[in-house]
Amino acid sequence: MSRCRVGLVLVAHSAGLAEGLADVARQMAPDVCIQPAGGCPDGRIGTSYDRVEGAVRDLLDAGLDVVVLTDLGSATLMAEAVLEALDEPRASFVDAPLVEGTVHAAVAAQTGGDQGMVRRAALRVGADYARSAEVELAAVGAGAAVVGGEPSRGRGPGGIPAGGSVATNGAPGRVAAAPPQNARTLHLTNRLGLHARPAAYLARTAGAFDAVVSVNGVPATSVLELMELGLEVGAEIRLAASGPEADDALDAVEQLVLARFGEE
Amino acid sequence: MLDVDWAIRWIGEVARDTAERRAELSELDRRIGDGDHGENLARGFEAARAALEQKRPDTIGGVLKLVASTLMSTVGGASGPLYGTAFVRAAKACPQPELDTAGVVALVAAALDGVVARGRAQVGEKTMVDAWTPALGAAQEAAEAGSPPAATLAAAAAGAQSGADATVELQATKGRAGYLGERSVGHRDPGAESSALILAAAARAAAP
Repeated sequence: MSRCRVGLVLVAHSAGLAEGLADVARQMAPDVCIQPAGGCPDGRIGTSYDRVEGAVRDLLDAGLDVVVLTDLGSATLMAEAVLEALDEPRASFVDAPLVEGTVHAAVAAQTGGDQGMVRRAALRVGADYARSAEVELAAVGAGAAVVGGEPSRGRGPGGIPAGGSVATNGAPGRVAAAPPQNARTLHLTNRLGLHARPAAYLARTAGAFDAVVSVNGVPATSVLELMELGLEVGAEIRLAASGPEADDALDAVEQLVLARFGEE
Repeated sequence: MLDVDWAIRWIGEVARDTAERRAELSELDRRIGDGDHGENLARGFEAARAALEQKRPDTIGGVLKLVASTLMSTVGGASGPLYGTAFVRAAKACPQPELDTAGVVALVAAALDGVVARGRAQVGEKTMVDAWTPALGAAQEAAEAGSPPAATLAAAAAGAQSGADATVELQATKGRAGYLGERSVGHRDPGAESSALILAAAARAAAP
């Protein structure tokens, strides 16, 4: 008996694209319901409101939560239009690279993940891509074209970083902060720990100051990395900050923690 | 009088106009997009026109809602959800059987809200927003000057057309044109042009 709680809907401009991807993902997640919703009913390239809505409803009717992924911006518009009209919190769109996002989401669903966990799995793919891309862009310079066969410093031919693809598996780069001018240790007292809402609050607060702030070694402005710390109630929070407003930033974050992020 | 008959004539005009100009709109879209804007809109508005023949709503909102759902289901590109949401919001803003001047302004404002809510573009990004925003400005000015409904609509149409004209020099950051960046400069945005087409049709349908 499948313990899957979440199904996926794949919205793409081509039926073949959506179906092919569903097939690939099912190889890694055989028990997950993956509904392709690509192309138009008359076979044209494009997206179909009815097809997408039908796929989402099918999964909802089967008692599953739904996470929707898309291939391009216009598919996102279609998915968001469908979800807005359905107005169903059990279904959501996640903005992630379609193929790897789907595969990671499917694996998370296969292991019984809920909607939030499936979404985070897909989002991490995008975050990893962004980090790798920034590194590579910084190395070659954003304006320089990386042409196949043209070796650049630190890479094999073809502009691919030595050691493999620009991929999701490398450990994310940590913020190389200047030595902290200030550090504080606190403990989390809110019941649910550092989940999405307080993490977002913390990130916004830290981001408002002219300072580089870290929490247990991760950038305080990264909601995803804060959530990945998995800090529960009672956990130790090691704050560090450097920069012109380091003290103010630490004061503000400390206040937030002491106020339990405004919860209960 | 901007009543249900006017609204139905309006959509009929859009269907006719998009059919006639389908090649031109698709050509605009070929230069900075994926080349199907004219075909998509001609298909969508013809379907909307036909749907209105089957079922005559009692209110302006009823007409706009039917157009919205038809566009969503038949236009397979970005303009489906964009115009769909614009017409859905306009429908909510126009529950009456007839529009006065304030109603015209509300319709244009709601349509702009819908496009912005769905597409999240701002002014200056070379999109439909660059037509609907000056359309709203012109409608509001006309309303403040005491214009009757049809004249307010004509003002909105003129605003949209000058907005569409102005998209030529803008650089795209949204949609398929966004992939072209600098190369999108010098080309008119097809969504802005079709927005102007839609408002011009509304104004023509109102003329005696």
